[in-house]
Amino acid sequence: MSDKDIDEHSGVDTTGHEWDGIKELNNPLPRWWVIVFYITIIWSVVYWVLMPSWPGITGYLKGTRNHSERENVTVQMAALDAERAESTQRLIAAPSLEAIESDPALHQFAMAAGASLFGDNCATCHGAGGQGFKGYPNLNDDAWLWGGSLDQIKHTITVGRRSLHPETTNTLMMAYGRDGLLTRDQINDLVDYVSFISGQAEETEAATRAAPLFASQCASCHGADGTGDQIQGAPNLTDAIWLFGGDRATLYETLWNGRAGVMPAWDERLSEEEIIALSVYVHSLGGGE
Amino acid sequence: MLGKHEFLEKHGLLLTVGILVVVAIGGAVEIAPLFYLESTVEEVDGVRPYSPLELAGRNVYVREGCYVCHSQQIRPLRDEVERYGHYSLAAESMYDHPFQWGSKRTGPDLARVGGKYSDEWHRQHMVSPRSLVPESIMPPYAFLEKRELDYSQVEAWLKANRAVGVPYTDEMIENAALDLRTQVDPFSDNYDAFVARYPKAQIRNFDGNDRQITEMDALIAYMQMLGTLVDFDTYEAEENYR
Repeated sequence: MSDKDIDEHSGVDTTGHEWDGIKELNNPLPRWWVIVFYITIIWSVVYWVLMPSWPGITGYLKGTRNHSERENVTVQMAALDAERAESTQRLIAAPSLEAIESDPALHQFAMAAGASLFGDNCATCHGAGGQGFKGYPNLNDDAWLWGGSLDQIKHTITVGRRSLHPETTNTLMMAYGRDGLLTRDQINDLVDYVSFISGQAEETEAATRAAPLFASQCASCHGADGTGDQIQGAPNLTDAIWLFGGDRATLYETLWNGRAGVMPAWDERLSEEEIIALSVYVHSLGGGE
Repeated sequence: MLGKHEFLEKHGLLLTVGILVVVAIGGAVEIAPLFYLESTVEEVDGVRPYSPLELAGRNVYVREGCYVCHSQQIRPLRDEVERYGHYSLAAESMYDHPFQWGSKRTGPDLARVGGKYSDEWHRQHMVSPRSLVPESIMPPYAFLEKRELDYSQVEAWLKANRAVGVPYTDEMIENAALDLRTQVDPFSDNYDAFVARYPKAQIRNFDGNDRQITEMDALIAYMQMLGTLVDFDTYEAEENYR
């Protein structure tokens, strides 16, 4: 630069740009900045050597550390399994699920694992506290569709209900109205009858009229007295605990369209010990039998 | 050297060409190898192109911007593997154009959501998320169950995917509309041919409404297949590093 234009005030040369008498100083970059910049370039070379970097024709440079996130996580998961191994082995080796509940240390482990598994996998349908939603059973009460013993809970989690699992149970409440199995009048009578046996209403003429209909159409699943059948997952109709609702409109809807709630099978997603821990946790929620 | 740089800076056209050259080298080194290196996508059994109904559902997913709040990418980190399952493989999204990895999780990751919940749960959750998850901030998508699925372009969707490398066969394209209808009709005569074309496809009425095929059917069919194609009981990750 031969035509240096030194600014009088600061003593720094200018770029030669001028706008309305205002000139641009040509300050050099701060030394610390330049040094950091060169260090980053040097560091990039160090990084190439250590970490996976340059692609080639048949592969990529793996680096001297042979770093792989996938291998790291595999190692970490193995370490986690090893850390839990003692307790999980004892969970699987327990002679019965009841035995887990009577061993304080093991019970504590199962409850901790169960609580976290429940949050990840079950709370979405059954609620964070297992309180359930319409169509998704409350796990805190004493009413069980498929049984509330430890083994029954474990079976339900393993194969699901009306799931894709080959051993699942596929019984369902038929669509009596939609499929033309019963008339509107008959369904209305049955609504009266169910309202009566669940203790929500007085016995009406319609309810009396529907008794033989209940015996022929409903009793095979719900039982002659309407107390349900856990083998078929048929709910107790006399306890005033409702999965979908016990008001007249919902009862009519249930009879008209049928019901077939689905619970997915968990045996592929969860391991044996995880299912055991979950069973113990769900059993403890309040309604375990 | 600094003086020469000033020469470059003071000649706009030259600077533009110089920038283009540098960026092109960077691109060639960083991007081009992904297309020929075998280590980019591992070899995995089971991954197949989307069935027409799943593809339609995927189109709804993209249209509604689900990827803005949901990722489809389980990273190889311990807590993610603990929560969501095996980390995602590149092969699992090799037929995604564009991929739906996402970049933010306002909602949970969906890479392995298939089979985790019931169809009815998905339907109700899409119609009214807070009726099932009180703390959810997901907007409702109730209109999906009312809106009939427009699949008049389904053959073109498959062709467009084939144009960018998805191995749809002529047979698949020819039967696209029929296959789409078959997936919501377990009693279809086309059942076996459809499953032969798309192994592991789930066939049922997804939204509980058998009068019409809705966008809800398509979206739930897509949700229920996510992450279900690779059998991780038999897949050995280490053996498939390349």
